[in-house]
Amino acid sequence: MIVAQADGDPFVRWDWIWGHLDLVWEKVLEHLVLTGIALGIGLTVALLLSALALRFRKTYAPITWVTGIAYSIPSLALFAFLVPITGFTILTAEIGLVSYTLLILIRNVVAGIDGVDPAIKEAATGMGYTRRRLFFQIELPLALPVIIAGLRIAGVTTIGLVTVTALIGQGGVGFFILRGLNRFFSTEIVLGTMLSVILAVAVDLSLLGLERILTPWSKRTGSAT
Amino acid sequence: MIRLDRVSKTFPGQTTPAVAELSFDIDEGEIVVLVGPSGCGKTTTLKMINRLVEATSGTISVAGTDITSVPAPVLRQGIGYVIQRIGLFPHRTIAENIATVPALLGWEKDRINQRVDELIVLVGLTPEMKTRYPAELSGGQQQRVGVARALAADPPVLLMDEPFGAVDPIVRGRLQEELLDLQRRVHKTIVFVTHDIDEAIKLGDRVAILNVGGILEQYASPAEILRSPANRFVEEFLGEDRSLKRLSLTPISDVDLVAGPIVEPTATRGDVEATMKEHGVDWVGVGTDGRLHGWVWGEDVTGTAGDLEPRPFSVRLSADRSLREALDSVVSSHTGVAIVDDGDRYLGMLSIEEISRHLIE
Repeated sequence: MIVAQADGDPFVRWDWIWGHLDLVWEKVLEHLVLTGIALGIGLTVALLLSALALRFRKTYAPITWVTGIAYSIPSLALFAFLVPITGFTILTAEIGLVSYTLLILIRNVVAGIDGVDPAIKEAATGMGYTRRRLFFQIELPLALPVIIAGLRIAGVTTIGLVTVTALIGQGGVGFFILRGLNRFFSTEIVLGTMLSVILAVAVDLSLLGLERILTPWSKRTGSAT
Repeated sequence: MIRLDRVSKTFPGQTTPAVAELSFDIDEGEIVVLVGPSGCGKTTTLKMINRLVEATSGTISVAGTDITSVPAPVLRQGIGYVIQRIGLFPHRTIAENIATVPALLGWEKDRINQRVDELIVLVGLTPEMKTRYPAELSGGQQQRVGVARALAADPPVLLMDEPFGAVDPIVRGRLQEELLDLQRRVHKTIVFVTHDIDEAIKLGDRVAILNVGGILEQYASPAEILRSPANRFVEEFLGEDRSLKRLSLTPISDVDLVAGPIVEPTATRGDVEATMKEHGVDWVGVGTDGRLHGWVWGEDVTGTAGDLEPRPFSVRLSADRSLREALDSVVSSHTGVAIVDDGDRYLGMLSIEEISRHLIE
């Protein structure tokens, strides 16, 4: 990317960043909210579609096919397509962001649940678990490590994609990148990029921490067989 | 307690039934072992009792109630179930695993805790294991938890599908002993599936031998099956060492013991020779006052039998040991007999003739 410099400015003007910390904080929060909503809705929809795919196996191929197509549409094109319908709104942003999480999340939920030891399912069913209880109390908790692994990939992807939504007036820290490009102001471009990377790492590590907390049994294993 | 009446199962897409017109009864408080080669439908039969496999035709009743008259989960909560691969819940502690069915049944917390404590002791685990996760236990310990979990809600019926198949022979033997010991205390009706005829003989009050296609070849006590196999299939399934298996089921006390060639320490060379001739042996046991000190070679006796230091009998068995152990003692001793005592008092001896006579009878 070629960055034009305003005359006489250094590459990064730290004084500008210090002077706009309020705006930085606002955009970081916006970024996290956009990501959080996308992951929350994405996971909910993915769980529902996964439950459907697990219950009726024939639906799994069409579900991954449709979400796979959604995943392969360039984000820029998707937002451009949605704007005439839903405008420059958060709804437009979230439709795009959510649809990009689905393929990853559904694949991991289904793989996680399929990966539960059949002996465990047989024992549970043999002791009188209903299908629903088996799913929520046994399969879902045991699939958590794989589901959270999917959530981490989806999280990192979403943090990156949120910056693109700056084009439709959303965008979190993408705001800085877009404005920097428009104003030939490298400080904002660097700021937006760095914040995006930091947020991606932070989200990834938080989800890893969440996994540790939610699956206390897996950390103590391996000491005996 | 459990009755199968012309039960058949044909799996979808198959033309021959896995189980065909199978009927038998299981009495309350007995261990019935289903045994047979792979494809004999033993596991299918077991799973039809808790409806993990639905019978294609025929009826199964437990405690007089047709099992299809209640919803399957409710039926299963009332029947203990133990499988070979155990299937403990890795995300739950040992206490939570054991509490599975009581929790499903909605027991009070205090009652659950009390029951878990009882069961931990009953199956030979220690209370500090309660807060551990299954992966932190050995295979044998995990299977004990599996048994405790199956017993948690005190179901009258226990279904066990090759529960000891995945542990090493030493642990398996111990778990078998523990199961028999446990059964003496809890008196469940147990249906046990295995492919191991020795396990079936050891554990079963009755053994059902199934042939491929779920055909019941013989259903009787282990002793009865070993004594008179119903047909060629059963005979072959029991194996070449059928007689030895019978011996392992028979305690020494079932056989009349003989006093054998025993002399007092005061016996002279002449007395010794007369005793040896009577019994057709070249040695005599030396004993007095109901005790047997040992034995000596007849030709070594010059003065009296008591002049010599008696050689000890290498093995002495109590009367509750099996004839198989007695036979082992017979074939591995100089004297060719098994000495039976109750630790102190000499009860008699067994020769190979006595043992084989018992088998032929």
